[in-house]
Amino acid sequence: MIFDVISPALLVLGVLATAALAPWVARLRGEMAGVLLALVPLTVFGVFLAGSGGIWRGDAWGGTIAWASELGIDWNLWVSPVGLLLGLLVSGMGTLIVLYAGAYLADSPKRTRFFGMLFLFMGAMLGLAVTENLVVFFVFWELTSVASYLLIGHYHEKIDSRKSALDALLVTGGGGVVMLAGVILLGEVGGSYLIGELAANREAIVGHALYPAIFVCLLVGAITKSAQVPFHFWLPGAMAAPAPVSAYLHSATMVKAGVFLLAFLHPVLGGTEAWHFSLMAFGAATMTWGALVAVMQTDLKRLLAFTTVSALGTLVMLLGIESELAVKAAVVFLVVHALYKGALFMVAGILEKATGTREVEQLRGLMREMPVLGVAAVVAAASMSGLPPFVGFIAKELLYEVKLEAPLVGWPLLVCGFVANAANIIVALKVGVAPFLGSGESPTPLKKRPGFLLVTGSVVLGCGSLLFGLFPGAILGDATNAIVGQIRAEEVSLKLKLWHGLNLVFLLSVLTVAAGVVGYLARKRIRSLGGRLTTVATWNARDLFRAGLASLLAGANKVTTGLQSGNLRQYFLVILLAGAGLVAWAFGKAAFDFSFTGLAAVRLDVVLVIALVTLSTALVLRASRRMTAILGLGCVGFGIAGLFALYGAPDLAITQLLVETLTLVLFALAIYGLPDLRRSSFVFRQRLVTVGASVVTGIGFFLLTMKALTIELHEPVSREMAERSVSEAFGRNVVNVILVDFRALDTLGEITVLVIAALGVAAMLNRTSDARLPSLDGKRSTVLLASARYTAPAMIIFSVYLLLRGHNDPGGGFIGGLVAALAAVLTHLARPETPLRFLRLGPVPLAGLGLALAVLSGLPGLWRRASFLAAEWGPAFSLPAVGKVKLGTPLVFDIGVYFVVAAIVLLLYEQMERWHASRRIANPTSPSS
Amino acid sequence: MEILISLLIGFLAAAGVYLLLQRNLFRVLIGLALLAQSANLLVFAAAGLGDGGHAIIAPGAERLPEDHPDPLAQALVLTAIVISFGVLAFCLTLLKRAHRRSGDSDIASLVKLDP
Repeated sequence: MIFDVISPALLVLGVLATAALAPWVARLRGEMAGVLLALVPLTVFGVFLAGSGGIWRGDAWGGTIAWASELGIDWNLWVSPVGLLLGLLVSGMGTLIVLYAGAYLADSPKRTRFFGMLFLFMGAMLGLAVTENLVVFFVFWELTSVASYLLIGHYHEKIDSRKSALDALLVTGGGGVVMLAGVILLGEVGGSYLIGELAANREAIVGHALYPAIFVCLLVGAITKSAQVPFHFWLPGAMAAPAPVSAYLHSATMVKAGVFLLAFLHPVLGGTEAWHFSLMAFGAATMTWGALVAVMQTDLKRLLAFTTVSALGTLVMLLGIESELAVKAAVVFLVVHALYKGALFMVAGILEKATGTREVEQLRGLMREMPVLGVAAVVAAASMSGLPPFVGFIAKELLYEVKLEAPLVGWPLLVCGFVANAANIIVALKVGVAPFLGSGESPTPLKKRPGFLLVTGSVVLGCGSLLFGLFPGAILGDATNAIVGQIRAEEVSLKLKLWHGLNLVFLLSVLTVAAGVVGYLARKRIRSLGGRLTTVATWNARDLFRAGLASLLAGANKVTTGLQSGNLRQYFLVILLAGAGLVAWAFGKAAFDFSFTGLAAVRLDVVLVIALVTLSTALVLRASRRMTAILGLGCVGFGIAGLFALYGAPDLAITQLLVETLTLVLFALAIYGLPDLRRSSFVFRQRLVTVGASVVTGIGFFLLTMKALTIELHEPVSREMAERSVSEAFGRNVVNVILVDFRALDTLGEITVLVIAALGVAAMLNRTSDARLPSLDGKRSTVLLASARYTAPAMIIFSVYLLLRGHNDPGGGFIGGLVAALAAVLTHLARPETPLRFLRLGPVPLAGLGLALAVLSGLPGLWRRASFLAAEWGPAFSLPAVGKVKLGTPLVFDIGVYFVVAAIVLLLYEQMERWHASRRIANPTSPSS
Repeated sequence: MEILISLLIGFLAAAGVYLLLQRNLFRVLIGLALLAQSANLLVFAAAGLGDGGHAIIAPGAERLPEDHPDPLAQALVLTAIVISFGVLAFCLTLLKRAHRRSGDSDIASLVKLDP
């Protein structure tokens, strides 16, 4: 089969690639761009047509492009009869539309983007046609909505265009999201996202308790896309788009996507009462309503839009009736509608361009000026009216046959169908016949005669209406059988013929034509009769929608301003409340069962440290001077470092000590710029909230710790890490091994955060101070200078020592980096006139170097084992004092951490010091606390 | 011992939140620092206090002794300490900027700084 050579995926991607290239091609002058671009859909059409014989005969074709197979989401391709029909429709109509658009927009500067979006849409539609996996189907589905939004908004300088485009996007896109929910539910229930596998599992799905939810979700997707009442309002609004878009998206292809979705899913979800009645109800209501509103219109495109709504209703209704005949009628009517409606939309566009108006009553006697177009329009109108020998006649006969055959609901449906068909005739007369054959006082003057390419599309489609009508069996026979067979999941053998003989159905046809003609002649009376009714009713759905949207936005605004009050206290309270709520909920489920067995013995040294920390915290709470608070905070930190040391965490203790020291230095430098500790005046209620929140948090933390200490949920992962530390990672300091090897990616993320925070500080402070300020005025300490000369280099060496031994003993990149930074700061404090440097590098290049080293150390693992940051080891050697050092990427990583940590400390210090100096200069008498 | 440590963590958190909810911006900053200390200690303690050993494999041994302290929690806390330092420095700078622009130390002054 041809699809083995040219995969449908290739066709979809080819068209999408054309979307990227189209803007360049569209720069060609004149109508050539359209001709060139039309070759792409023409090729696609040719491929589909070449493969169609086999598909109609029942040979299936499928293929798979792996994507996220673990989730059951691959691009599963299939060419099914229903999909092939859609593909032919999209590519065939696409060819004509591209030709037409090339001529229609020949002198529009915006056509470059127009063609890009048109091909984007075409690719997405083709994707729908050949995709079996419903999740991928959804992706293409939403892509069509987005493309439609962009195309409706083509004249984006007009507010009406933009609003209509947004309506369409929200309705179809929103429906798509609901549909996704349905798809996921369906996948959960049916165990697959593939339509074929789901259909095989139909009994289980239909009988499942979730079936109603699945069905409703997918139905919402279908009826929003296919503009069923009450979501129909976006479709008339979409007429703000240029004529090619209306002809292509909003009559022939996109709006039918919902119908196709229903057709694809009928073997999975169909055959139930829910399916039967809801589809019939939506379809019949839409069919009748669309028809009734259509006859009141006088604008060419709105006339066509509402009959399209009506036609979509007919299709949905037919799929709801479900009988073999009904499905057959749906398939034939779908093709018929595409042929005549596409032609008439193109005619409407040409009429507007040629005369400058879309008002039907002003268009008269144009046959003489545009005979070819006129004939094509009349043919399309005849097909729309259901006159023999055009294919529309077959469709209408089938429609009546279905309704006469349908049990129970047949008569009401027959009446609705009669109204809809008569309305179709009225509209066909108004749009297709009157402008050309109608006689007015004088023919409407032409501004511009349409060119050859502009007319081609309508003529081809008109010929199609005639040919399909004359040889229905030869052209549509096999296709209809295959398609109906797929939808009903059974073998069918149907006959298609033009003439059924003189029977009740034919009588109904004659009556319809008579009613239509009478209706056309009485059109003004009908309009004045129904005018008020329809203006109220037509816009109601849209106005309701827009009002709902506006109140939604207003509500969102209210919520946002409520939540984002700018009140810091309130933010904290919300966060705390949410956290407390979550903890309480978790505790509520786990109950307060603390086990107090196996508690560690009370140790006097620990008790003393705890007392120190408690007292320091109390000091911080009571402090009224800034320095007291800072020192108290430092004491808390040192005490906690002591706790770390006492409980077997030397690395933590060292890190904490160094960080506390640096924090003290930073605070001391920053103290001039900080507000004083004035007690805030709170009313009693606020004080109550503050104390209450802190007590609740305190109790929460206490309970959390107790709970965590006394339960062991499962084997800690760290046990395995400890097991593998020596044998695989060649390190005895498990903490360091975890940081630079087992969980190096975490560490990489963390040092990146640090760099970003430090750069943020630099960015904030640099705006206020000049880059080159004189540093602290020359009062330097001789003692410090003398000692720094020797201590600083020693500290640097010590930091390297800490870095190297870190893999086996306390130390490592974090600690080494902090010590190195302290050494650089010390040197700088002793000689303030020298810039702050480490290894002759400023902080920012140093941070860059560190991050680069860390990232580079991950590449060998990526290269050798396809795992970023997986360790690669080299030889080991012994160093005096340090001991055994093994070369490897974790060491490089640790050196990177070392540089980054040193760099951010230097950066923070430099910024604070500069700021401090500028404050001192600006405000020398600033009182210190 | 666990109860005492848990009480300390609770007290630190309570003190942190109490300061965090003050209107004076400098107190808010100090509160943030205390809360960070409390959280670090919580993660550390939650993994179990162990029995005096430390998370370094003795020379010659192949694995940690039984009832060793949890090295993973220590690794987490180690980075957390450095990160809270970075965050604190960042907030300190924010505070300085805000204070300089508004000249006020009350949190209400932050609302005025919003454009």
